[in-house]
Amino acid sequence: MWIQMENKLTKNLYLFPYLLWIALFVIAPILLVLYYSFFDIEGNLSLINYQKFFTPVYLKMTFSSFWYAFLITAISLLIAYPTAYLLTKTKHKQLWLLLIIVPSWINLLLKAYAFIGIFGTYGAANSFLNLMGIGSQQILFTDFSFIFVSVYIFIPFMILPIFNSLNELNPTLLDAANDLGASKWTTFRRVIFPLTIDGVKSGCQVVFIPALSLFMLTRLIAGNRVITLGTSIEQHFLVTQDWGMGSTIAVFLIIIMVVIMVVTNTRKRGV
Amino acid sequence: MNKLVRFFLIIALASAVLLFTISSLNTSQGYSGGNTLTIYNWGDYIDEDLIKQFEKETGIKVIYETFDSNEAMLTKIQQGGTTYDIAVPSEYMIDKMRHENLLLPLDQTKLPNLKYIDKRFMDLSFDPGNKYSIPYFWGTVGIVYNKKMLNGKNLTSWNDLWDPELQNEILLLDGAREVMGMGLNSLGYSLNDTKQAHLIAAKEKLDTLTPNVKAIVGDEIKMLLANEEASVGLVWSGDASEIMSENEDLDYVVPKEGSNLWFDNMVIPKTAKHIEAAHKFINFMLDPKVAAQNTEYVGYSTPNKQALKYMPKEIVNDERFYPSPALTKKLEVYDNLGKKNLAYYNELFLQFKMHTK
Repeated sequence: MWIQMENKLTKNLYLFPYLLWIALFVIAPILLVLYYSFFDIEGNLSLINYQKFFTPVYLKMTFSSFWYAFLITAISLLIAYPTAYLLTKTKHKQLWLLLIIVPSWINLLLKAYAFIGIFGTYGAANSFLNLMGIGSQQILFTDFSFIFVSVYIFIPFMILPIFNSLNELNPTLLDAANDLGASKWTTFRRVIFPLTIDGVKSGCQVVFIPALSLFMLTRLIAGNRVITLGTSIEQHFLVTQDWGMGSTIAVFLIIIMVVIMVVTNTRKRGV
Repeated sequence: MNKLVRFFLIIALASAVLLFTISSLNTSQGYSGGNTLTIYNWGDYIDEDLIKQFEKETGIKVIYETFDSNEAMLTKIQQGGTTYDIAVPSEYMIDKMRHENLLLPLDQTKLPNLKYIDKRFMDLSFDPGNKYSIPYFWGTVGIVYNKKMLNGKNLTSWNDLWDPELQNEILLLDGAREVMGMGLNSLGYSLNDTKQAHLIAAKEKLDTLTPNVKAIVGDEIKMLLANEEASVGLVWSGDASEIMSENEDLDYVVPKEGSNLWFDNMVIPKTAKHIEAAHKFINFMLDPKVAAQNTEYVGYSTPNKQALKYMPKEIVNDERFYPSPALTKKLEVYDNLGKKNLAYYNELFLQFKMHTK
């Protein structure tokens, strides 16, 4: 009985840092954001921010954030899946994987500035187009450059989980599918893809959620031609100092993210 | 476990050595005693020879630190960790700091050189009676354009930007006051207008500019214009003079309808410990010869009337940076419009940004 109680005590003691962390850095900030969202710009308690969120300006912004985040995730997935598959077939897979991950060690801003140089009117991309006889195009400050750079930044996070789940796939299952007369496409559709769906899901989550609130790239690469919820939050906190409105947008982002997490997780149980 | 302990020990040791080095460096340079002056200024915003001259004349050691935005400076002064004796904020920030009681009043009897400052730049709305601040440099908001890329076309008016020939050629600063101000000025309204109808009219006028706007960017605008990424840009005069020295094809104009007039000003923040020395330094910087030398180095416009006499004619007579009295009358300082109006400016600016081509 004594030992049992002591065990319980130490267990609680170990739990303490975790709980403290969660309370201080997860629950408290969310509550603060929620609290600030109920104040208008002059510090009066009101629901005006929520009312404002449902005006065409912010709804349009929410829609375009979703649309760009969707495009970024979809394109990342289309490139990442075959790449991850190929990687599992190579001899030194860990080395190849490392080479893909290395760029994510470099600071995001540094990469963005590099792309300003590459995509600029006199940059490398346009000299190449000139060489091909196509002539200079505007690449910087377009939807294309924004999506390209975002995909470039997020793709390691998509490849990694897909690679892991492909790597864990039992090769005897493929042999079995083959023996039973399944074509390559059927094997992929009925065996490989369903078994790696978890990797795809966590890859999509890891890409979609941050893509929804991207903000620096919208100015540096898209020249503020793309306005996302993230841009707007940044502006409300730093420029307008309308913390209430900034918090309200953040509250909606949190709700959207929770919904996405819940939806993708319940499907997992269904499979 | 042993390895982990050793790892932390090494880091602790390294920190101790660095800390010791810093403190011994500070004492060897004479930064320890009470005879110092800590200045907090924008990067590359003073001729460092003048600091040496001041140290020689007064025997006061100067510690010079820099910031890159008014907001960053405000945060540091609010926290009060470092005892800054002098800071150089812009006018709208002075209004804010004044209301938050972050500034100490100046003793004008200790600033005899104040008489050299042009009366036009004294007693302005952000600090009536110059109780807290003395102008350091001033400038305008205007248009930088590339003569070569525009085939010699001259821009003189805000409305020239709406020229269909400039399609996809304009870079704008990512600032609500600057861009909305451009819209208001182009319609003949004041930069500080708060009438809803005028603001909406300005925003709608700006919407028609979108086919010409290539991008709305931050500080990168200097690099992009110098590299000829676009031929026209909305910039502050200080940035303009900087990039014009990098690219000779660039020219700067303050549009004839009027524009913004801004100031960076010397103040003594609440954190100050060496108030006597701070006054000495401000007075030193107001000396006409010193101001002239500093202006030539920095390249912004000086408010010191007497200093103009010690400067080369081609700088003083350059109407791009020292606009004629007629144009100066049309320049306005940004008033502090209050949070609510500012939020409305930003809301309209956001809508303008979202207006697709």
